[in-house]
Amino acid sequence: MLNEYLPILILFIINIAFAVGIIIFSHFLGPRKSSAEKLSPYESGVPPVGDTRIRFSVKFYLIAMLFIVFDIEVVFMYPWAVIFKKLGLFGFVEMFVFIGILLIGYVYVWKKGALKWE
Amino acid sequence: MQFAIQWLVDKFSFLSPISILLLISLMFIVGTVVLLLAMLYEGLGTYALRKIGGDIQVRIGPNRVGPVGLLQFLADGVKLFLKEDIVPTVVDKKLFILAPFITFAASCAAFVALSYSDRLVISNLNIGLFYLLAISSLVVIGVIMAGWASNSKWSLLGGMRAAAQIVSYEIPIGLSLLSVILITQSLNMGEIIRSQSGGWGILNWHIFHNPFVFISFFIYFTAALAEVNQTPFDLPETESELVAGYFTEYSGMRFGFFFMAEWGEIFIVSAIAVTLFLGGWQLPIINNLDIHIYLKNLLQLGVFLGKTFLLIYLMLWIRWTLPRLRVDQIMYMCWKVLLPFAFFNIIGTGLWLLIFKGKGIPELVIQLFS
Repeated sequence: MLNEYLPILILFIINIAFAVGIIIFSHFLGPRKSSAEKLSPYESGVPPVGDTRIRFSVKFYLIAMLFIVFDIEVVFMYPWAVIFKKLGLFGFVEMFVFIGILLIGYVYVWKKGALKWE
Repeated sequence: MQFAIQWLVDKFSFLSPISILLLISLMFIVGTVVLLLAMLYEGLGTYALRKIGGDIQVRIGPNRVGPVGLLQFLADGVKLFLKEDIVPTVVDKKLFILAPFITFAASCAAFVALSYSDRLVISNLNIGLFYLLAISSLVVIGVIMAGWASNSKWSLLGGMRAAAQIVSYEIPIGLSLLSVILITQSLNMGEIIRSQSGGWGILNWHIFHNPFVFISFFIYFTAALAEVNQTPFDLPETESELVAGYFTEYSGMRFGFFFMAEWGEIFIVSAIAVTLFLGGWQLPIINNLDIHIYLKNLLQLGVFLGKTFLLIYLMLWIRWTLPRLRVDQIMYMCWKVLLPFAFFNIIGTGLWLLIFKGKGIPELVIQLFS
């Protein structure tokens, strides 16, 4: 455990420390001449119009939901794949049924038009 | 890394405070070296991008700083470093500042789990591939954070598009890698590579194992292009439409971190493709060489990096050749083309392994003729 996961933790710490250090350094090294125009959000040169936090397409929400569903299936398949040879035919048939059920849902989603992007 | 730790543990025979201290400091040194090398690669990557772009478009490309412009990335780095640190007034400050760190740390942390040569493994995870997939999905959190926190219309659109695209294409990636896992029965990067050794050289690579894995490779590569926002799928960053997508409001080093993270991601997806499909650090000639183990490992490292850079070159080539797709075309490609094919491939590979008892095409052909 220690051998394998400690380097990752340490690398994370180094990464964050390094990045924060660079930002702090660059903050003090760079010029500091801010003006109201410079600190306003970029909108191709004109003053920002209206609020940014408007409603956006519901499609993104649908994609997020579908992603969670399908990603859980993928995560579930990994342990199955690792012991596939041990399970043999039994494992294959089980997964075949599982993917079959998944495909029914997939076809339903497709027919409902959730995968259509307009 | 594990060999070094083993050596330390053997040397002190028990974990004394000194050995633990040595161990931790060793890890810190290795971590720093990994980070520095990763950043060197990321800098050279931006140079390669522009030079290859110049080459393909019959331009010269950067050629002023250093020999043939090789030091351009250092000049760019210094320039970014000395830029003013701008945090617009309307942004969600905490998230805005946090986003580049998350993206950068996640993309650099992925470098530890790769198997660069037989012995050069920094962290020998038994779930290496799983770790890589998980850690590279962390990038999307930084991206959506940046897009939302910037409070700019370009950033919001870019962030939303990026999030939708990256999460969508994660599914074909996960599924296409499964067909290799079915063959290797392991998620450890080193073991996956070692399972591709054997008497028939290149034909032992998993990509030639059976037709389904062959298709899987192309599904993976296509999805990987979308995952790292490379050109036919670079909707999130479309310079000509969204200014710079989710990092429009970022400047100076914060922008630099997003850029470096992107190059880190490109390396990681190419390295995964090399490890799983293209034999990793193996090349038939080097496998049979009878030379000192360190020299051999060095050669293997060279082979691994060479293969990875070839794939990166391919990505850049595609980037400078193809026009961009529309958002609806990208979503169509993912959900209605790659996804069914990926499912089909898993079933196909499973069936193949059952029918031919785990043997690949080369083995079967040889059996047929003997």
